[in-house]
Amino acid sequence: MPIDYAALEKSIREKFAGDVVAWTTFRGQHVLHLKRENVISALKFLRDDPAAAFAMLTDVTCVDSLRLPTDMQNEYPERFAVVYNLTSLAHNAQLRVKAYVPEDPSEIDSAVSLWMSALWGEREAYDMYGVTFKGHPDLRRILTPDNFQGHPLRKDYPLKGRGERDNFPKYQDIPSK
Amino acid sequence: MTATQETLQKVSAIAPNAARALNETLSLNLGPQHPATHGTLRFKLEVDGEVIQRCDPEIGFLHTGFEKLGEYRSYNQFVVISDRMNYLSPINNNVGHAVACERLFDIKVPPRGQYLRVMLSELSRLADHVVCVGLQGMDLGAFSTMLWTFIEREKLYDIFEAVTGARLTTSWTRIGGIFRDVPKDLPEMVNEFLKKFPAVLDEIDYMLARNKIFMDRTIGIGKLTQEQAVSWGVTGPLLRATGVPYDVRRAFPYLCYSELDFDIPVRFEGDAYARYLVRMAEMRQTVRIIRQCLDKLPEGPVNAVEHKVTLPPKDMVYKDMESLIHHFKIVMPGHGALPPKGEVYVATEVPNGELGYYMVSDGTGMPYRIRIRPPSFYHFATMPLQVEGHLISDAISALSSLNIIAGELDR
Repeated sequence: MPIDYAALEKSIREKFAGDVVAWTTFRGQHVLHLKRENVISALKFLRDDPAAAFAMLTDVTCVDSLRLPTDMQNEYPERFAVVYNLTSLAHNAQLRVKAYVPEDPSEIDSAVSLWMSALWGEREAYDMYGVTFKGHPDLRRILTPDNFQGHPLRKDYPLKGRGERDNFPKYQDIPSK
Repeated sequence: MTATQETLQKVSAIAPNAARALNETLSLNLGPQHPATHGTLRFKLEVDGEVIQRCDPEIGFLHTGFEKLGEYRSYNQFVVISDRMNYLSPINNNVGHAVACERLFDIKVPPRGQYLRVMLSELSRLADHVVCVGLQGMDLGAFSTMLWTFIEREKLYDIFEAVTGARLTTSWTRIGGIFRDVPKDLPEMVNEFLKKFPAVLDEIDYMLARNKIFMDRTIGIGKLTQEQAVSWGVTGPLLRATGVPYDVRRAFPYLCYSELDFDIPVRFEGDAYARYLVRMAEMRQTVRIIRQCLDKLPEGPVNAVEHKVTLPPKDMVYKDMESLIHHFKIVMPGHGALPPKGEVYVATEVPNGELGYYMVSDGTGMPYRIRIRPPSFYHFATMPLQVEGHLISDAISALSSLNIIAGELDR
């Protein structure tokens, strides 16, 4: 049965009044914009409340708002938006939750305590954007090499990189006798 | 097995080095180059004898930065990059991208375009499942089934080449439709293929499904419970093998799936054998879907008539001023197909699970952020859960049942 999004919005605004920045709808999809402080309790409510029942965290990602045009800048109170895409299997519904994280310190609580899919999802968000997830048991780089410097998907990181392709460590050949 | 204190004391009296070795675990690298890992994947294993105590998967060997590239390509240009993700079923990736773009642009594809997309997606699903099942057998030693399945894949490649011009890098969809209409003898080609395909499935079932070695090596291996699968973000045949009947084609129907009649096969054991059975059953359902598409295929245009987004027919471009201008504005850089500002997340059911495209648009011709939610990424994260406490050969069996595609995993 489909979710009553209006009722869900109302109950979220009642419970988390200080943290809700906005609730927007576009192309039939609903987005809940939150501040980063109580994001874990809001996500827990969305997971456990039977009217919502968002049992699966389908994706965790991040958006960097540095190069947005001026009329879209108002939607982003901070530089980074950590985006949680939730799916409710019982109701066949989706919801997006965006939590806004400033540039410095770029920290937010980890959702690993709620869904295990955040284990690798947040590792990738850390690797690509540099957002630290407090409470994550194993926060290290996942796609880039372990000694990589920088966070590639940030908007101020150049497309062609910073010369990493030319600066791989070279090993000395041991001359054979 | 690790030694008791008593044994250790006795042994250390005679041979101190041996005593140390009895309690140590060996750090083993199931390295990025390995004939049984599907692509460049690395496991850092700590084994005690042959039992895996700890498993730490490492990925990123194929990381090309598709998401960063996507910010510098137009919406139509990105389809070329989407091919290279799940390279066993590229049409599914293309269709996923196109469906997401059409949701963003709010464009409806005409019925013929929808049915053709669904038919080719399902053929592509057959191509992927057939490889997974064949490789699952091959990793356990059954080499012949892999060769039989790859023969079927060659026949599918002939169909894809006739329709899209390429075997692997199909780049078939455009926003609002597809590259161009299919050749006139496509229904005949597909019918010819479908006539022989169920017999091949029966042959593979005959060789593997009740084969004692296959069953011994896959039953109980890689077991996931329903709660674990849902919590770890597992989707697709792996989730359906644990008993959750979640299929994006039914939950969030896109294209013409709501008009097609098919069942969702589900098993409850959650192990590698259940995944094999689910994939085989899904292939039979897919054959059903393709037959319905062929029967119901309507006539008409394949591309939506949206002057700002889809290219006009080439003969009109040569004759008609508006068509020329539209063609120019769509193709030239700096113009292009301009979506409204906003964001969408659209999920499609690819053979591996749920492929999601999350696009943030800033109103220009290139996406501001394009995020691909790869099913293999979240499936590979469950490997420590499936493998710790089992033997190394069980790790290979579990891995091959997950159908990890390294291109999609790393992007």
